[in-house]
Amino acid sequence: MIDSILKYTFLQNAIISAVLASIICGIIGTIIVEKKLVMLSGGIAHAAFGGIGMGYFLNIEPIIGALIFAIASSFGVVTIKEKSKINSDTIIGMFWVLGMALGIIFVSLTPGYPPDISSYLFGDILTVSKIDIYVMAILDFIVVFVIIGFFNHIKSYLFDKEFSKVIGINVKLIEYMVFLFMACSVVVLIRVVGIMLVIALLTVPPAISKLFTYNLKKIMGLSIVFGLVFSLLGLYISYKLHIASGATIIIISVCSYVISLAVSKLLKKDQLA
Amino acid sequence: MNAIEIEDLSVDFNNINVLKDINLTIEDKEFVAIIGPNGGGKTTLLKTILGLVKPSRGKIKIYGSKSLDKSRSIGYVPQFTKFEKTFPIDVFDVVLMGRLKSNIKFFHRYSKEDIEYGKNIMNMLDIFELKDRQIGQLSGGQLQRVLIARALCTEPKLLLLDEPTASLDEQSKNNIYSILRELNKKMTILIVTHDGGFVFSYIDKIACLNQKLFYHGEPELNKDIMDKVYGCPVDAIAHGDIPHRVFRNHEGEL
Repeated sequence: MIDSILKYTFLQNAIISAVLASIICGIIGTIIVEKKLVMLSGGIAHAAFGGIGMGYFLNIEPIIGALIFAIASSFGVVTIKEKSKINSDTIIGMFWVLGMALGIIFVSLTPGYPPDISSYLFGDILTVSKIDIYVMAILDFIVVFVIIGFFNHIKSYLFDKEFSKVIGINVKLIEYMVFLFMACSVVVLIRVVGIMLVIALLTVPPAISKLFTYNLKKIMGLSIVFGLVFSLLGLYISYKLHIASGATIIIISVCSYVISLAVSKLLKKDQLA
Repeated sequence: MNAIEIEDLSVDFNNINVLKDINLTIEDKEFVAIIGPNGGGKTTLLKTILGLVKPSRGKIKIYGSKSLDKSRSIGYVPQFTKFEKTFPIDVFDVVLMGRLKSNIKFFHRYSKEDIEYGKNIMNMLDIFELKDRQIGQLSGGQLQRVLIARALCTEPKLLLLDEPTASLDEQSKNNIYSILRELNKKMTILIVTHDGGFVFSYIDKIACLNQKLFYHGEPELNKDIMDKVYGCPVDAIAHGDIPHRVFRNHEGEL
């Protein structure tokens, strides 16, 4: 495989995007799992489909359209939730289907040969383009920089929003930042595992890491490692067996979670004995 | 100077009147308990004082100031039973949260002074040896002391506690109150509580709240005051010559 990696740019792109996706996933996925925002991230991913359709329709990069829709929907959910007493589940559900519906309309309105939508729905790490990589790299850089830079305040917000507000921290700013980053990470992942499977790569690595440590920084770090292992292994297997990369990555992730759960239970039993 | 001055305060949620025409003055270094039935607005009053809930009408002054810099002089101890206990954070980090400043500094790290300050307070509350525990691995009483330590790290002049002893056993309850009495020498303390009994011997004043403030004064109630208050439906046992009494239920006005 090493020869092919050196020979084919699409494989190089695939590996770079796997690394970039794992980094953002590990950090933002941990926040999503801790704040119980899994449904919201799923909703954002599906709403982003509207942006992909819009991208094709307006003839701009679909990933840019996805980014716009993802950010708009995540801010939309927070704002509506704050202004009204509606259950956020309900709002997320509406954004979820509205995005999908808009995407379908846009795609059907797009003149000419219909674009390949399935690579966005199920992800195809082997078709990641240079522009995708640039977008991913920039988002990665921003997220890593800001999360490390404001780590103590963000941690304080995540743990106890009310207290953070009382001591005068601008929790609203942090909250919008977290939601912005969630939207960014979802978009990064769409190219790698696809809209349908985004949730898995965001939640499985932190869920596994949580079994082994109580330290937020370590959970983020471990999640990055797990994400990297899953996506590279998935890439390798899908390349060898000629099967869908996104689905392979997810199956490996979820199986690993089950195994880790069993291992951690055994370890704890040993400690007790 | 008075620690808290509340004038004609009303709070509405979705057209429901939660607090109505509250007038309350708490002097510096007083120990005041707010008692009253569930849903009577105790926590709302606390949150309004903290600036978390906006009043519909009325004024609140904290040490004479209305501005937001009051945040620095209030230490807040939230209800410990409502915490997400699985959150990956250890005791020391929780306590140090109290040292965070409101201006978000890029690459903020806790200074040596912050860490020293946190350590001293943890030693004072006897929780230093727990510093590496994840917060889910603490007993209720321990977690409560951790939250008090965090509030003290903000160097408050006024400490607000929301049901600090809910679901604690008698011994932990005693422990928390003796800590509070000690702290009361240096700062004003306001608690929301359902406790009765021995608690009142620590307290200078009680405020009896059920939408309106029914009573506000000495905890050793006599029958006259009780009639005036016309009772919050709480069991209140006062120290003093009269060993035990129970408030009557609300009548008339409500």
